[in-house]
Amino acid sequence: MVNTTQEAATAGGDEMRAEIRRLSFSYGDKTVVKSVSMPIYKDRITALIGPSGCGKTTLLRCFNRMHDLYNDTEYEGEIALLPENRNILSSDIDPIEVRMRISMVFQKPNPFPKSIFENVAYGLRVRGVKRRSFIEETVERALAQAGLWNEVKDRLGASALALSGGQQQRLCIARALATDPEIVLLDEPTSALDPISTAHIEELVVTLKQNVTIVIVTHNLHQAARISDYTGFMYLGELIEFGRTPGLFTKPKDARTESYITGRFG
Amino acid sequence: MSRSEMVRIERHLNRRKVADFLFAMVGLLCLLFALLTLLALMYDLARTGVPRLSLDFLASFPSRFADRSGILSAWVGTLCVMAVTAVAVIPVGVAAGVYLEEYAPKNALTAIIELNIINLAAIPSITFGLMALGLFVYEFGFGQSILTAGLTLGLLVLPIVIVTTREAIRAIPNTIREAAYAVGASKWQVVQHHIVPYSAGGILTGIIISLSRAIGETAPLITIGALTFIAFLPTPPVSGDAPYVSFQWLMDPFTVMPIQMFNWVSRPQPEFHVNAAATGVILLAMTLVMNGAAIYIRYRFRKRVKW
Repeated sequence: MVNTTQEAATAGGDEMRAEIRRLSFSYGDKTVVKSVSMPIYKDRITALIGPSGCGKTTLLRCFNRMHDLYNDTEYEGEIALLPENRNILSSDIDPIEVRMRISMVFQKPNPFPKSIFENVAYGLRVRGVKRRSFIEETVERALAQAGLWNEVKDRLGASALALSGGQQQRLCIARALATDPEIVLLDEPTSALDPISTAHIEELVVTLKQNVTIVIVTHNLHQAARISDYTGFMYLGELIEFGRTPGLFTKPKDARTESYITGRFG
Repeated sequence: MSRSEMVRIERHLNRRKVADFLFAMVGLLCLLFALLTLLALMYDLARTGVPRLSLDFLASFPSRFADRSGILSAWVGTLCVMAVTAVAVIPVGVAAGVYLEEYAPKNALTAIIELNIINLAAIPSITFGLMALGLFVYEFGFGQSILTAGLTLGLLVLPIVIVTTREAIRAIPNTIREAAYAVGASKWQVVQHHIVPYSAGGILTGIIISLSRAIGETAPLITIGALTFIAFLPTPPVSGDAPYVSFQWLMDPFTVMPIQMFNWVSRPQPEFHVNAAATGVILLAMTLVMNGAAIYIRYRFRKRVKW
């Protein structure tokens, strides 16, 4: 089904960080993701677009085995981390290990009702990191990466719930970055935010790709076009088309992709 | 619309408004009836009991003479029994609630267990007394002691603690759980760092409410053989001699305030009835303070953690 565009095949020298191989996912007897195969390139932003219910969030949540928290779910196929070619969906890999390597930012900002500092430090705490100086350095680095350090450096002990929605989301990004993840998953990170906070986060995501691989699910086509390097269009659980973002948006190969990006449905 | 139709609609509207008003009145009356009955009861109790209250009343043992009687052994007994109840019920109830909410697989067996816990809360308390008489008093040989009483009341209010713990946990949004799992926390870390701290307010409220229910229980304690007249205190838990700490008090006989009340009410002399009323005032005040504390704690935690 996948109509890979030529740019993706050669990929302009980009190195693959992970590869999804014939991945299907079902809740009970309902298959939500159907045999999807696509590459994830290192230090690039890959966007997943498609209408509501097309399975893009479900696909994203396979990457950190979030579905393992719920009953009656089943993976089929592989997500291989490269270059070691390790299938993170394999049952002999602990989902906790996967989540320590691949972190996630959710649709709605979900900071813990703890201090700003503790929110960012939490990933280190669960790993048993005790050295105060290291934790402090990491928190500062992560908050700086998330573009939040200057706003909060004087009140790290204040409750995270006192921050604005946009700040909370950047805090969640800092929390996801603090543990040096190999891949960061962003699940519609700006859908609950105002345009100014959205612009802020988009800018931030683009700077992050210098050293992190990013997979972002978005409802907003313009956002995908603005920030991503590669885009996958999903429809009814299938990956219809995958390619370099400019190519996919200007010369879609599949009629459904074209209908979607020109606004004929969705 | 014709004129006659307008009139008809208006009349109908008036009828509906009258019905509305009538129901509001009936509701208000029902509410007042409940409130006034309660107020009258409390007023009567306070009018009889409050004048009898004094430090002497709190510091004296019961006696054959009504005016020399006090509730020292009763309130000390209540305190001791409540301490045992709290120590028994808090860890068991909270752990069971956390397990059911966070760990138990969602299957038929869990559903049956859940249903039974809710039913357990509705079992007549005297049944717990009978069970305790057989199990704690005879089988385990705890005797008619503070330990037996505390464990019995603990079992009695255990369902309340479990149910309120679960409700408090269920109020935590799933996004918070996912946030913690997403950075690599294990289930136990999620429970320890997030679930229990964030639901602590609700859990604490449930504990206090369960204790305030236990404090007034009489029937199961009479069943296990609490004394109705007792003129000594349990062994002190700390003493000047080695080994300094003693748990003998757990095995001592006891009485509690509602039983003391019951004993005095059943006497023919009216002076003893006054004593009973005074005890009632204290018991009521303790319950009010506990419920007040529960409301305050809930309010504080709601303010601190809002989703």
